[in-house]
Amino acid sequence: MSESEKKKPNRRDFIVTATTAAGAVGVGAVVWPLVDQMNPDASVKALASTEVDISAVEPGQSITVLWRGKPVFIKRRTKEEIESARAVDLSELKHPEKDEDRAKNPEWLVMLGVCTHLGCVPLNDKGDYGAWFCPCHGSHYDTSGRIRKGPAPTNMEVPKYEFVNSNTIKIG
Amino acid sequence: MRSLIKLSFFFILVSSLFCTKVNAAGDQHDLLEVDWSFKSFFGKFDRASLQRGYQVYTEVCASCHSLKHLSYRNLAEKGGPEFTELEAKAIASNFEVIDGPNSDGEMFERQAKLSDKFVMPYANVQEAIAANGGAYPPDMSVLVKARSGGANYIYSVLMGYDEPPAGMELDDGVYYNKYMYGNKIKMSSPLDDDIVEYSDGTKATVDQMARDVTTFLQWTAEPHLETRHKLGFRVIIYLSVLTILVYFSMKKIWSRIETKV
Amino acid sequence: MSDHEYTPKSKVGKWFNDRLPLLTLANHLTDYPTPKNLNYWWTFGGILTFCLITQIITGIVLGMHYVAHADLAFQSVEHIMRDVNYGWLIRYVHANGASMFFLAVYIHIFRSLYYGSYKSPREVIWIIGMLIYFLMMATAFMGYVLPWGQMSFWGATVITNLFSAIPLVGESITNWLWGGYSVDNPTLTRFFSLHYLFPFLILGLVVLHIWALHVPGNNNPIGIDIKKPSKDTVPFHPYIVIKDAFALLIFLLIFAFFVFFSPNILGHADNYIEANPLVTPAHIVPEWYLLPFYAILRSVPDKLLGVIAMFAAIFVLVILPWLDTSKVRSTVFRPIYKQFYWFLVADVLILGYVGAMPAEGIYLLIARVATAYYFAHFLIILPFLGFKEKTTPLPMSITEPILGGSPDMAMAKNNSNFKEKL
Repeated sequence: MSESEKKKPNRRDFIVTATTAAGAVGVGAVVWPLVDQMNPDASVKALASTEVDISAVEPGQSITVLWRGKPVFIKRRTKEEIESARAVDLSELKHPEKDEDRAKNPEWLVMLGVCTHLGCVPLNDKGDYGAWFCPCHGSHYDTSGRIRKGPAPTNMEVPKYEFVNSNTIKIG
Repeated sequence: MRSLIKLSFFFILVSSLFCTKVNAAGDQHDLLEVDWSFKSFFGKFDRASLQRGYQVYTEVCASCHSLKHLSYRNLAEKGGPEFTELEAKAIASNFEVIDGPNSDGEMFERQAKLSDKFVMPYANVQEAIAANGGAYPPDMSVLVKARSGGANYIYSVLMGYDEPPAGMELDDGVYYNKYMYGNKIKMSSPLDDDIVEYSDGTKATVDQMARDVTTFLQWTAEPHLETRHKLGFRVIIYLSVLTILVYFSMKKIWSRIETKV
Repeated sequence: MSDHEYTPKSKVGKWFNDRLPLLTLANHLTDYPTPKNLNYWWTFGGILTFCLITQIITGIVLGMHYVAHADLAFQSVEHIMRDVNYGWLIRYVHANGASMFFLAVYIHIFRSLYYGSYKSPREVIWIIGMLIYFLMMATAFMGYVLPWGQMSFWGATVITNLFSAIPLVGESITNWLWGGYSVDNPTLTRFFSLHYLFPFLILGLVVLHIWALHVPGNNNPIGIDIKKPSKDTVPFHPYIVIKDAFALLIFLLIFAFFVFFSPNILGHADNYIEANPLVTPAHIVPEWYLLPFYAILRSVPDKLLGVIAMFAAIFVLVILPWLDTSKVRSTVFRPIYKQFYWFLVADVLILGYVGAMPAEGIYLLIARVATAYYFAHFLIILPFLGFKEKTTPLPMSITEPILGGSPDMAMAKNNSNFKEKL
């Protein structure tokens, strides 16, 4: 080692520093495609919307459809369910949201059937509020899909949707 | 540095060996050479030609040849024919796809959407063979890459229909083609002047249609060609700069022990 | 492994290093005394390490999107090429990466042949290297099957049928390899599994290869034993690192040219046609890097003997350290071997060329002559040349001029004695 070690300069040469920096930029640029390839691909992104026929759903009934690989609850609510959802005082809620904002058409509640705690699918017509109950860790949701009791932090999410006509909902 | 020159020489030697391999696969007649816009380092597709080529494909080829790896959304994607999203939706809505099962467990027909794959002319390979006198009209998604000679080959075959040379016997439903492998083809000449009417006023000669549809097929086989060329150019520039930097760093570092590198 | 005692400067470092001497290893690798006269042919070891890592990373990524099923494989590759973000780039890097890997490994092997790096005391490095090379061929072959194109399918059929040449059990073995009575879905899934496994075996062997290298240290263009560390050596870092980096960048420029501007030129057009068990392509050829062996296989008119000849062509390389009887390593000092060396290079290139041609007429004749010469080189020329050849005088060290006069054989002996005294 002796000979060469003695001749090592104390400060690094400018050109070497510049080269190292330029090399690091390149390595960074290479990492991006390797990360980005795991993002949703073009064919997945294209499947953004799905249309659902709701003509056969009776009041009080709920159907579950698959959208982007997740269950979506479409519930045709009864008068009582709507009233109980709208009567709740916002101050009682863990995640205050008006039912009017969650269900534009009060008869139809459309939301992602995914518990906001750890992603299980809640059961219908169960729990302390007669609406949804998540069996995994005991979260109770009301007739508007809002979290009332249990570990879930927020209400069940309402996706973007629209009524194409009175019989068809387009989700996404 | 001398051994570096030797090394580059070796690369050239070896790569020339590959090239002989590629050329050796050529056929009797030399293929027609076209100066495609997508060749070269900065090569891009001619957008209008791609759109015309799509028209030729739909009106002429699509009745037998599928494009099963493409989706309608691809028509509106960057680097392709770049139809507007509305145009692509309108194109898709001309086709019926089978979806389902619905909640009654039945399959149903609906209009195709952007996310759907191109509808195939035949349900399966056997049906395609049966409908075409025993010859399978190949799927054209990657046809350009599946033929040595690539775009030039496709163009040449489209232009290569001719009277068979004297003494050549042809069965019914078999045609002579100068550039086809073995010179016999089961597809009759698909193009005739003015067989399609271009909306942009371009005259639909056989040569023009052959160019357009070949350009279109080059895109279907290599939809990211433009991105590839663009990114490739940047990568080469970056690597060249870094190579120069590293070279001078190397000189600097080795100068500490006064030995030539 | 360490050449001198190393103690980390920091307390934490010392604490850790006493329990797991990783820092000692890192220090050994950076300070590793390397002959200062290594030329650019020596940079391919680093380039190959880069190739292996690139193949593993891109391969793992492709494995996330690829579907190993006969009905879906081709489609999933097209999905990667069209829809997956940067999928086309990653696949083209992986596919061309295999070719670049072999290009580099051939240069690496022929460098070793030229400078006698396989000779004592480096036989084990060489044998491990040959194992790596063999595994590389197996991995590349199985990887080529995965896209499930026509060449994939028929290449797999032809290569697996090699085993049917084995008397008595041949058919059982091929059926076992296939998991059926022909190349089909079970074959594809097992090839995928093994294609994923082998690179990690290669990685393990590479570690052993480098370990075995660090025991005697690098050979060098003059091929004499050197005292290390000494005036003749430089520490690996930064001197060799920067030189390797420079060569790697030149290599990457060529690599990038293929990936971005000619991504399919090294492949075969037929592999973009989906596999069809009813139709064989007009002309089956393996990837270019296997062509010399393919030519040897086809040049023998007997099925079993052809297969034996092909495997023997690799095996003869494994026992090379004992076939070459000359004690002088570097071809620089072996005027007659130097000519034979270039004959061998030409012979292998010719074999590669005729391997791509149809096995008939003049090509078959050339293939036979070239095959015969290939074996003659290793089995006849090399053993005899060691005794007959008069080599030119070897220098005492890299920095010192040649000390003319003394016969080289004695000098080579002196050198090894000299080393033992250290």
